[in-house]
Amino acid sequence: MTITYEETRELAQRTVVDARYPNINIYTLDAIWVLYDRVLRVDPQRIDDPARDRFLLSKGHGPSAFYAVLAAKGFFPAEWLDTVADLESPLGSHPDATLVPGAEISSGSLGHGLPLGVGVALGQRATGHRDAQVYVLVGDAELDEGSNHEAIAYAGAVGLANLNVIVADNDSASHGWAGGIASRFAVNGWSTATEDMHDHDALYRAFTAPHPDRPHVTVATVRT
Amino acid sequence: MFRSSPLTDDLQRLTMRDAFAAAAADLLDRDPRVAVVLADISADLFRKAAEAHPDRVVNVGIREQLLVGAAGGLALAGLRPIAHTYAPFLIERAFEQVKLDFERQGTSGVLVSVGASYDWAEGSFTHFGPRDVALFDTLPGWRVFVPGHAAEVPPLLEEAVDSEEGAYVRLSLRHNEAPHGGTDGALSVMRRGKRAAVIAVGPVLDNVLAAAEGLDVTVAYTNTPRPLDTEGLRDLAAETGGTVVMVEPYLEGTSAWLVSKALSDRPHRLLSIGVGREELRRYGTAAQHERLHGLDAEGIGARVREFLGPA
Repeated sequence: MTITYEETRELAQRTVVDARYPNINIYTLDAIWVLYDRVLRVDPQRIDDPARDRFLLSKGHGPSAFYAVLAAKGFFPAEWLDTVADLESPLGSHPDATLVPGAEISSGSLGHGLPLGVGVALGQRATGHRDAQVYVLVGDAELDEGSNHEAIAYAGAVGLANLNVIVADNDSASHGWAGGIASRFAVNGWSTATEDMHDHDALYRAFTAPHPDRPHVTVATVRT
Repeated sequence: MFRSSPLTDDLQRLTMRDAFAAAAADLLDRDPRVAVVLADISADLFRKAAEAHPDRVVNVGIREQLLVGAAGGLALAGLRPIAHTYAPFLIERAFEQVKLDFERQGTSGVLVSVGASYDWAEGSFTHFGPRDVALFDTLPGWRVFVPGHAAEVPPLLEEAVDSEEGAYVRLSLRHNEAPHGGTDGALSVMRRGKRAAVIAVGPVLDNVLAAAEGLDVTVAYTNTPRPLDTEGLRDLAAETGGTVVMVEPYLEGTSAWLVSKALSDRPHRLLSIGVGREELRRYGTAAQHERLHGLDAEGIGARVREFLGPA
């Protein structure tokens, strides 16, 4: 059974992940959907395959869209979405990788996914899985955390080509990013693209554009 | 006046850090899962290993959050990471990474520090790490190794790397004249007495043995304070009327909660000796700081005598 994007969107919208913030924000859905539908080499039957691509949701707050895509792609039953954040539910308001099939990292505190992603990319290289790609999704406000900038500078300097970052940019950083988000990566030697979050074909092209000698960032913008 | 020089005090043919670098290089050669992550500190000691294993010896520059985060990522990719830098930068500056990037991810790693509580005394407070072991006591699942001699480092590092548990290895320039203890975590009894069981952790052993001269006390050694050998401690305390002295080369009282828990079913008495909380705002040498904190033989002896009272 194939679940469409529209059906996944409905799944995400019915998934209240945080009773304190009942207005569900699923602006990351397009990017996560395009990755799991068209880009990532992952298989819900082989979630521990060492050669798999990896998606690291660093911005763990408000994971409705992530949970909906994992359910749509068969990582766990869609019924799990109806009891999110219950005491016995494996799905919480921040994902726990040890409880959620297909979740590569536990997140919640901002600024951890990109440094972890650097390590995973180094590890894939060291274990001979040089083709395996690592995709890390961060928020534009999450970039405030300095740990990201340690990772951006280092990954650019060493040309960590199997590392990919998606910045879900809904213009939520309190002090903005004068000069643009992509410039922070470009100055460190990254390949960059800035696309409209709702344009799935443009996202697909940005996520799969070759960057053989350097890491790549896609800034996916949402302007409401 | 007590004088010593940072250049001649503590001169060692082979430091714990040298022994660590050599042992880590052997492990890199032997085990394709092992990776070393550095943040400039000690990078010169790993130059050859980095040439031999460019994918598994990584220097991220002066970036400690990335040091620990990248080590966590390597663990997620199936490697056994060893992350290494100065104690306060590894454990205090990057503590949220230590907390969230291993155990919470369902993985573990090996963290190896240098600097200890006051090794670089002339560098002063910014480079002092006496709080490290206490911080690990706030986290689940970490073992802590505190070698007392360079020769104890390779077997402890191997034990740490070959395990699937998280491990913190605390290296120091302070050291005993000879290596002691094994890798099984058990307390090693150095001498027996009746009035107290004195437990010495890592490099304070020689001072403890000198302090115990003429006292009717048991002295036991461990280089593995976590998990503490509480069974061994109970057996020793049973022979000394429940009187225990814990001498640790880091924050005084770090192990008090564990000793109290281990002996909670019987009357007992505990004296904790370790590094004080106050900031001394002094330079000098590590030996001088040891003396200021009462961790030299004279200081330990005076406190134990006062604690035990007349025989």
